[in-house]
Amino acid sequence: MNFAVLQFPGSNCDQDCVHVLRNVMGHSARLLWHKENSLGDTDAVLVPGGFSYGDYLRTGAIARFSPVMQAVQAFAAQGGPVLGICNGFQILCEAGLLPGALIRNRSLQFRCEQVYLQTVTTASPFTNRCRPGQILRIPVAHGEGCFFADAETLAQMKANDQVLWRYVTAQGEATEMASPNGSLENIAGVCNAQRNVAGLMPHPERASEAILGGADGRLIFESLIHSLEEKKSARAA
Amino acid sequence: MSDPAITAELVQKHNLTPDEYEKVKAILGREPSYTELGIFSVMWSEHCSYKNSRPLLKTFPTKSAKILVGAGEENAGIIDIGDGLAIAFKIESHNHPSAVEPFQGAATGVGGIIRDIFTMGARPVCAINSLRFGPIVTDSQAEAGELAAAANNRRLFAGVVAGIAHYGNCFGIPTIAGEVYFDKSYEGNPLVNAFCLGVLRHEQIARGRASGIGNPVFYVGPATGRDGLAGAAFASQDLTEESAEQQRGAVQVGDPFMEKLVCEACLELLATGAVEGIQDMGAAGLTCSTCETAARAGTGIEIELTKVPQRAPNMTPYEIMLSESQERMLIIVKQGREEEVKRIFDKWDLPWSEIGRVTDTGRMVVRNQGSVVADIPAKKLADEAPIYHREGREPAYIQVVRSFRLDTVPDTTDPVSNLRALLVWPTIASKHWVYRQYDHMVRDGSVVCPGSDAAVLRIKEDSLPLLSAEAAQTAKPAVEKLVALSVDGNAVYVYLDPYEGGKIAVAEAARNLACTGAVPLGVTDNLNFGNPLKPEIFWQLSEAVRGLGEGCRAFNAPVTGGNVSLYNQSPNGPIDPTPTVAMAGLIELPDHITTQWFKDEGDAVLLLGEPVDAADPLLGLGGSAYLQHVHGLKTGTPPRCDLEKEKNLGLGLRSLIASGCIKSAHDCSEGGLAVTLAECCISNLVARETPRLIGAQIDLRSMTQVRLDALLFGETQARVVVTTSASDAVKTVERAKLLGIPVQRLGTVGGDTLTIKVSAGEYGWKVAELHDLWWNTIPRAMKD
Repeated sequence: MNFAVLQFPGSNCDQDCVHVLRNVMGHSARLLWHKENSLGDTDAVLVPGGFSYGDYLRTGAIARFSPVMQAVQAFAAQGGPVLGICNGFQILCEAGLLPGALIRNRSLQFRCEQVYLQTVTTASPFTNRCRPGQILRIPVAHGEGCFFADAETLAQMKANDQVLWRYVTAQGEATEMASPNGSLENIAGVCNAQRNVAGLMPHPERASEAILGGADGRLIFESLIHSLEEKKSARAA
Repeated sequence: MSDPAITAELVQKHNLTPDEYEKVKAILGREPSYTELGIFSVMWSEHCSYKNSRPLLKTFPTKSAKILVGAGEENAGIIDIGDGLAIAFKIESHNHPSAVEPFQGAATGVGGIIRDIFTMGARPVCAINSLRFGPIVTDSQAEAGELAAAANNRRLFAGVVAGIAHYGNCFGIPTIAGEVYFDKSYEGNPLVNAFCLGVLRHEQIARGRASGIGNPVFYVGPATGRDGLAGAAFASQDLTEESAEQQRGAVQVGDPFMEKLVCEACLELLATGAVEGIQDMGAAGLTCSTCETAARAGTGIEIELTKVPQRAPNMTPYEIMLSESQERMLIIVKQGREEEVKRIFDKWDLPWSEIGRVTDTGRMVVRNQGSVVADIPAKKLADEAPIYHREGREPAYIQVVRSFRLDTVPDTTDPVSNLRALLVWPTIASKHWVYRQYDHMVRDGSVVCPGSDAAVLRIKEDSLPLLSAEAAQTAKPAVEKLVALSVDGNAVYVYLDPYEGGKIAVAEAARNLACTGAVPLGVTDNLNFGNPLKPEIFWQLSEAVRGLGEGCRAFNAPVTGGNVSLYNQSPNGPIDPTPTVAMAGLIELPDHITTQWFKDEGDAVLLLGEPVDAADPLLGLGGSAYLQHVHGLKTGTPPRCDLEKEKNLGLGLRSLIASGCIKSAHDCSEGGLAVTLAECCISNLVARETPRLIGAQIDLRSMTQVRLDALLFGETQARVVVTTSASDAVKTVERAKLLGIPVQRLGTVGGDTLTIKVSAGEYGWKVAELHDLWWNTIPRAMKD
């Protein structure tokens, strides 16, 4: 598969995403500069973590206006899969591709630590290789990862099965202590109603190799690759 | 606006002595202009010139077959790690700015050291830091003054940690290790020592040289403002009551986003081969970068100040030359290749400006609207600062320390409470409150994260700087490497005996590396001391340097550079002499990576090293955390450091690790054997709020002739607690003996308590309770 990993000024997990897609998953991945107007030959887009445009004004608020994001909007509108990680999730929310918003952690501090994520639904291109309810251990690293949405949006998201991951304890309970940021209903990641765009605060690209302490994050990339392969073979057939 | 007249008072305000001023006049052959006076003042400050410490620094070992760029040559030293790869690393202090404005002071400390690394052509891949603050907790009888002081210490601590987090996290560098101590002597004068490590191929080493007559000189990065005016000079004075108010303007403001862009653009530009020389504008800004690059190349340099991008209106030449605005670089470009600079910096939307040329005059000439405002021989300014051979005198307190008899301290009657008390001492308590605020995993290389003896970082292809398109076609793929890092410095030992303390700082760093399975490669040190003009302080400095040098020689870990921070004294007096030693090492194979926590039920616990100093069993108590915290005594001769023993221990431990039988290794330091064992039981963190606790049953009944406090809490050096599987235990003991390391079996891992049997009885602690005390002390203290 061909992955495009967006590169904004201030992106700093861009190389990590390319590393995992290329060297761990064995697919083709390239960096795409924020001034590009076109995605070229791309099967899926990754919006990586970092501090795009210094996170000035508000996280992700400037990045959404970049030329490459206009191309991503068009790509997503045609059903192309887009995954935003950390700052990438913030950008996709700002761009209106995902519901809700990410605000300052309740602790008012940056948090970098391993967390447990429960796979809320396997019905998405980002979770289809997980068992229902499967718990993944993946690190977070953010200062503004507290997910928020108004009651109506939240109800709609739940009705559409759009919550993909929740912060839980090792035993799978969505307690207050399990969440590193105070997110609404412990939400760690969501998708859009069409299910082709998703975002999450934790970093699966930091949890894809045993030497880094765990490879649960691979399941998310494997899910995406699996759904792309299915789409391809469906098209061929 | 006309320049002020040069008066004796103005010279004094610039921290130049009358003799130094005479030397300035002799170099120039005339009176200096106001701008020139400012330039000499910053270049001849201790921070830039090491004028009081240089004779001592020359005694450090600085050579080995692996050194590619040695101490003092460039902005950072570089060491070969094999397969055509190398690491560049350095530590630097930002103490004074952090005392005045903790957030920005610490943030810009991180920014400055990152620039020192990419200036060398290396990609910065990890940061570590060493911090010191006054006490953040008080006892129940504390008076109002103490409570206020502790509140202020907490403010400084929180601000510094947030500043480091802000800069490092946004830049995208993992802050992967560190240490924090709390002690009264740092009240009003916290220490912030920031370290950065970068990676590069041998052929990518860049130089800070203005070579090639006629080559254009470029200024890149954000515009120059009035911030950080003469920060280097400020760093070279005592802190006073008024510092906070008067000097806040000397503290720079950092922008990590800008630094990230400047770093990426510089690495991209270096790959083109268009760069002749490059240097960051750190301390003393434009002044230091221009005169040092010219001095190194033996050339001259001429710049025009109207071409320097300026953020504030009506800046004077004096202000432009002395500004320490952050994230700026000076680049000497090969003539004819200017377009490449413009193309790359435009791509990154970064300001750039061609501000001058390299000349053959040997002079640094600064013009403003064409007229000369400074004209100084570059080499004399950069390299011929006055050097002082200061006088040292043993301080009176040393006699008191030496005559203190440890046997006058009564033995413990309550080791159960003692261990609890030590685990809640903030210096020993878990520092996760600190490092959970640092992104310590970005760049996908953090193999051992903060919380074990040393950090381990994986170096892979994308850790390296870019190659040019042509070079990339022929380059071999990078071989993965594992680098281990530790930073150490127990200042109480140094205060009580600077020579032994200096040795211990190096030995502890080496021991921490050995515990992860690493061989030491080299050291960068930060010497934080008081005012060197005081003979007692200078004695501390020279004795500590003697000990540090011996330590580095013993481990074949040369000093590749570092930083000297003097004048660390507030109205309360000088800080404890604090050399911090950051050591880098290499781990041969992934299988050798070892962590400190106990692994499995039934594993055998072994002690490598002597339980106590055989010559004097009480010696481990001198300067110990136990003596300080339980008895309120900061005295006694500190533990001896036998470098031969330490070396053997390191060699032996690595050999045992390589044989595959070691499951955990943790060195004994503050708090002695009991704290080490407790940490082995409670320090394995699986995920947020999810520690993996495991107990151990320890039997010390064979050690009958030793006092209980010395046995449990003494800090005898050269000791490591390791575990092996039960079936490997006998074999490991035999092998250790063959390797010449004292060894004994202490007990077995398992259960939910830590129990220690001694001849007088048995003591037990629930590991869950120990964990709570150790884990939550700092978060609880910082809650208000």
